Amino acid sequence: MTDLASQTQKTGLRAWLMTDTPTSRRQARLAAIYHGWLTFRGNPLAMVGLGILLFLVFVAAFAPVLAPHDPLAQDLAGRLQPLGSPGHILGTDSLGRDILSRLIYGSRITLYIVTLVALIAPIAGLLVGTVAGYIGGFIDTVLMRITDIFLAFPRLVLALAFVAALGAGIDNAILAISLTAWPPYARIARAETLTIRGSDYISAVRLQGAGPFRIITRHIWPLCISSLIVRVTLDMAGVILAAAGLGFLGLGAQPPSPEWGAMISEGRKFILDFWWVAAMPGLAIFTVSLAFNLLGDGLRDVLDPKSGSS
Amino acid sequence: MEKLLDIENLRVTFPTRQGEFEAVRGISFNLGRERLGIVGESGSGKSMTGRAILRLIRPPGRVEADRLEMEGRDLLGMSEREMQRVRGEQISMVMQDPKFSLNPVMRVGEQIIEIYRFHTGASKRDAYAKAIEMLQAVSINDPERVMRAYPHEMSGGMGQRIMIAMMLVTEPKVLIADEPTSALDVSVQTQVLSIIDRLVRQRGMGLIFISHDLNLVASFCDRVLIMYAGRIVETCAADQLHQARHPYTRGLLNSLPRLDAPQPRLEALKRDPAWTLAPSVSGRI
Amino acid sequence: MSSLEIQDLSVWFGHDENRVDAVKGASFAVPSGASFGLVGESGSGKSTILRAIVGLIPTWSGQIRVDGAPLGKKRPRSFFKDVQMVFQDPYASLHPRHTVDQVLGETLKLHGFKDVDTRIAKLLEDVGLGQPFRFRYPHQLSGGQRQRVAIARALAPEPSVLLLDEPTSALDVSVQAEVLNLLSDLRESRALTYLMVSHNLAVVAHMCDETAVMKDGEIVEVMGVEDMRAMTPAHPYTRHLLDSSLGYKPSDAQSA
Repeated sequence: MTDLASQTQKTGLRAWLMTDTPTSRRQARLAAIYHGWLTFRGNPLAMVGLGILLFLVFVAAFAPVLAPHDPLAQDLAGRLQPLGSPGHILGTDSLGRDILSRLIYGSRITLYIVTLVALIAPIAGLLVGTVAGYIGGFIDTVLMRITDIFLAFPRLVLALAFVAALGAGIDNAILAISLTAWPPYARIARAETLTIRGSDYISAVRLQGAGPFRIITRHIWPLCISSLIVRVTLDMAGVILAAAGLGFLGLGAQPPSPEWGAMISEGRKFILDFWWVAAMPGLAIFTVSLAFNLLGDGLRDVLDPKSGSS
Repeated sequence: MEKLLDIENLRVTFPTRQGEFEAVRGISFNLGRERLGIVGESGSGKSMTGRAILRLIRPPGRVEADRLEMEGRDLLGMSEREMQRVRGEQISMVMQDPKFSLNPVMRVGEQIIEIYRFHTGASKRDAYAKAIEMLQAVSINDPERVMRAYPHEMSGGMGQRIMIAMMLVTEPKVLIADEPTSALDVSVQTQVLSIIDRLVRQRGMGLIFISHDLNLVASFCDRVLIMYAGRIVETCAADQLHQARHPYTRGLLNSLPRLDAPQPRLEALKRDPAWTLAPSVSGRI
Repeated sequence: MSSLEIQDLSVWFGHDENRVDAVKGASFAVPSGASFGLVGESGSGKSTILRAIVGLIPTWSGQIRVDGAPLGKKRPRSFFKDVQMVFQDPYASLHPRHTVDQVLGETLKLHGFKDVDTRIAKLLEDVGLGQPFRFRYPHQLSGGQRQRVAIARALAPEPSVLLLDEPTSALDVSVQAEVLNLLSDLRESRALTYLMVSHNLAVVAHMCDETAVMKDGEIVEVMGVEDMRAMTPAHPYTRHLLDSSLGYKPSDAQSA
């Protein structure tokens, strides 16, 4: 009764989105997204996280316009300038390169790593986990033991081994991180699949003659993906740190590339006298990691099918 | 009649995105040493009423009332600590599914003993004796064995008897039973109901029996409140339920298929918006 | 000729020492166009029979015949064009992320229908929902509306046999009346054969001509609806069920 009254007050697009009686496929989907957005918007910290990440994307996209200097241009005369020096707000590093410009260009590398890992690891995990969970039996045992083997290694050590075998470099670092990141996703996807598999709506679609491929891709994936997305955003901080760690050890991005982890590594030698050289990229890593965690928390409220819409 | 519970203009409100939602909209009733049935469909506010009396509505939900008294003591004004004493000692509640009400990792006996000692401060030995006595009262033949068992080892009917034993061990004056037999098979249902019936009579307790099953309420209770959309639309003596006047109650009764009277089609309930708007009928006597 | 014939059906779960026999040698036949009930308490194996028929439980022995043809271990897609099932809990039988349109559309496509759009519209009309419900998600529907969608899904392949697993036990009585009426109408207009599982004897008596009473995996009695209404069962267990279904009698308190 009350919701009818308030609905008539709303006009135009909002009313169209808030309706309980959508009239087309498109409206139904958009309305569902809009409802999710309303839930998400109700969480101020998640909005802060989203804001920071949008800012990161903006900075990466317009890096050439925003950066005051060339990130690779050296100026040995003006090396290790402190914070707030003229022309170099965040100072310069040991080769006189502008730290702010390097951070701005470094955001591109960070986004590149995050995007690729976020695509490779969960999708690999989703495939392995849902197939193992739905088909079960021997295939389940084999796939899950492989997953266990990967899980048993400390992540950074395994990544180190991969990079050592494949050669140092940003792409190999991404590959190594992805290879170490997928097993937890496979576990989550399998656990979700096991509960979904026995549900009546899966039985119902089996009674329409649907095969395993269709059931996994059309019916199980949409329900697993939401919890994976949440997990990915919460893991992203770890991924950024792993990438930074590899960079720090000299196994990730190679100099003179302005990768944030590599920048810390370079600043390490001067950390006592010229702390900002390492602290500024550290602060950037911290901020972005925190933003991902906040976003993940907010997404959990929106996407969790158990607590959600009903 | 001696009044155990006295409730006037009770409201339960939940904030939603579309504004406030009133699950219970200003109902009044009282309870003596009797078996009072509350019937209605899902969403009628009957379960919320039971929870509101025990102040079990979690924020952001709100409970408001002009009067919510247990033997003259105001329940709404009590602190959470005082309320904990009231729950169990004065008013107990049995829910639909015992599986969710019993602690799965604690033995049945420990749970009953803990509750009894919390409320009475009795010694362990006394509490043990009391628990055995209580299990016997709910027709459990081998109480020692049941005391040592974990909840998952019990069937649904046994679980519900244990719940009743646990809820009555502190000898409360009022029992609120929220669909206590809906999860049980019909034959077990009868056993559990007869146990509740016997204990309530013997101890002179007041019972609020919340159910969706009109026939059951008509045969089990003394007096019935019929709820619709958060309000009481009709009250009557339970044995008069089949002569109820309100079109909603009539509609519910007629929509039931009957073993003794075959009909080609069941009567579908036509809902009248006026039912929602009409003021609540008082259930106070 | 019998539309659905079950002979000496046994169903079990697990194996060796963990084996649980859920159904033990059940036999009954449902003539074409008839409505047959299966009643019993929880754990009596009544729902298990339905699940074995549609192939959701692979561990069974005995004979299941649909229109005279015995079923093997695998169900071909053509089987599902003939036999469909409606599940007990409409809150669990619809995919939470699929709209009504998606649910019905996918079913129709799986069965190879071309005119999906017009068929969805027709199905929704048939179950009394209509166009406004077509693009809703399950959480935007009430329990009764959900069960109507589930019925529409089962009707989509135009089956001749409908297995109903407690289709109204999760619904309010007024909604139950509407859904039962709908099922009666559909049976008449589409000449369907029903096999209905329920714990509610009044519901079964209302819907079915003949009823099998189950206890601990066995059929103890098959009785006609007149015997049920006259309360003249042959087996004491059926008597007990019939008595219990009449409501509570204060005399029960003394005997307990």
